[in-house]
Amino acid sequence: MTATATIEERADEVVEEFELFDDWMGRYEHLIEQGKALPALPDAYRDEAYKVRGCQSQVWVAAEPTDHGTIQFWADSDAIITRGIVALLVRVLNDQPPAAVAGTDLAFLDRIGMKEHLSPTRKNGLDAMVRRMKLYAEALAST
Amino acid sequence: MQPAPSRLATRTFDLDEVRSEFPVLSRRIHDHPLVYLDNAATTQKPLTVLDRIDSYYRTENANVHRGVHTLSQEATDAYESVRPVMQRFLGAASSREIVFTKGTTEAVNLVAGSLARGYFKKGDEILLTGMEHHSNIVPWQLAAEATGAVVKVVPVNDRGELDLGAYQALLGPRTRMVAVVHVSNSLGTINPVRQMIADAHSMGVPVLVDGAQAVAHGPVNVQDLDCDFYCMSAHKVFGPTGTGVLYAKEEWLERMPPYQGGGDMISAVTFEHTTYHEIPHKFEAGTPNMAGVIGMGAAIDYLSAFDIEEIQRHESQLVTHATGELEELGGVRLVGTAAHKTAVVSFLPEGLHPYDVATVMDRFGVAVRSGHHCTQPLMDQYGIPGTLRASFALYNSLDEVDRLIDAVRKARKFLS
Repeated sequence: MTATATIEERADEVVEEFELFDDWMGRYEHLIEQGKALPALPDAYRDEAYKVRGCQSQVWVAAEPTDHGTIQFWADSDAIITRGIVALLVRVLNDQPPAAVAGTDLAFLDRIGMKEHLSPTRKNGLDAMVRRMKLYAEALAST
Repeated sequence: MQPAPSRLATRTFDLDEVRSEFPVLSRRIHDHPLVYLDNAATTQKPLTVLDRIDSYYRTENANVHRGVHTLSQEATDAYESVRPVMQRFLGAASSREIVFTKGTTEAVNLVAGSLARGYFKKGDEILLTGMEHHSNIVPWQLAAEATGAVVKVVPVNDRGELDLGAYQALLGPRTRMVAVVHVSNSLGTINPVRQMIADAHSMGVPVLVDGAQAVAHGPVNVQDLDCDFYCMSAHKVFGPTGTGVLYAKEEWLERMPPYQGGGDMISAVTFEHTTYHEIPHKFEAGTPNMAGVIGMGAAIDYLSAFDIEEIQRHESQLVTHATGELEELGGVRLVGTAAHKTAVVSFLPEGLHPYDVATVMDRFGVAVRSGHHCTQPLMDQYGIPGTLRASFALYNSLDEVDRLIDAVRKARKFLS
């Protein structure tokens, strides 16, 4: 992952990685590995205020502006598959300009066969997490 | 639960034959035969129900209680003929005590909403239990907010049984309503509602029973229970969604104000004053879910053809087998080990999250529910994020239980 890559470039990189696996087991194993590599959520953010409560799993998400005008995300989940998706989102959206984050459609999740985890009906907190990430980004973009 | 003599058992229970009557069971999911173990969420529908709904729309559809034309008469007859079917199914004294609703949730809301208008007063107590589904909590909270009443909660022990001593102690002079789930959706516990109703009645307190999870798994007789209200959904008993029943004792239905206004529930309307239709129609505003109600009738006919005790024996075999195999696996926490329970096995492999396990099990074609099952207070009490819930119906087989266990084993291996 290169720090200067755009959201689209990073998403393409993720898609290429997942294309290496020809069955669901490989894809899910890779997803879970992504979750393990997710930087630990700072304790200050492991708090109700940053928690998105789903009825299936829970997600924590926080954002900070960086000194070079981009947005830095911190996130976690109590389920490891959810955490894998969280990690992909953080990997693709981290250190991007807030306006780009606010406008992204995250179609890459569909291309790696993980779109269903983002469905609002899945109630794993991910859909609400994305909405929060975008809200943070919109707030930062307008300041 | 007491036997309901009103059921007519005319069919011998033959599992293969039963399975062939549920078309969806032949589906494949991710290249595996579907193992559908989410019956507490909703059950599958037999051909007789599908055909009945289809033929209603093809040949009988017209608005009920409205037209003098033949089609409307036929639709009305078909719709109203389900009321005595539900009366017999639930053992009610009269078909006037059967109100058609959208389901259990609307039935509870109907009672809570109606009683919030004049019955509950400030400081009154509404007694619920710690294992209620959210739909038997929130309507009462709304009624309490509107009236100044307060909600009290009967505690649940670690096995998932109600603390009856605490219940009796909580029943007091301010108690105005008890609402209790007959069979817990997340644990399968069968609550001693008959005793609880007798206790409440000795204090002059009415009781509402949430029967959503009970009716597909054992005989229910509301007169024998002596409950004041009993709520159920058609879709959990092989019928269509969006349909259910509120049973209420006639005296309550006469006494309660209407819940919603509209067509079909009135006898005369002027802008000064409206007089309401007789019960149960007073509580059925608007064009009802005619196809749904007619489909529900077909579902009850389907179920009632069997000896319910034969179904209970079959389901109890499934639960015993699943429980035994899960214990055998080791490292699996069984949640809800009440002495009296029905066709639900709730469990959690140690160290794993139910969402992860259910996601992987789905890849093997096994459909279970994961999460808090709309009983968050109960999961909080157990200190777990939720469980995996396998819930059985009459069409499930011992082979499917083996597939369940195999999927748990594979999911655990994959996720560890």
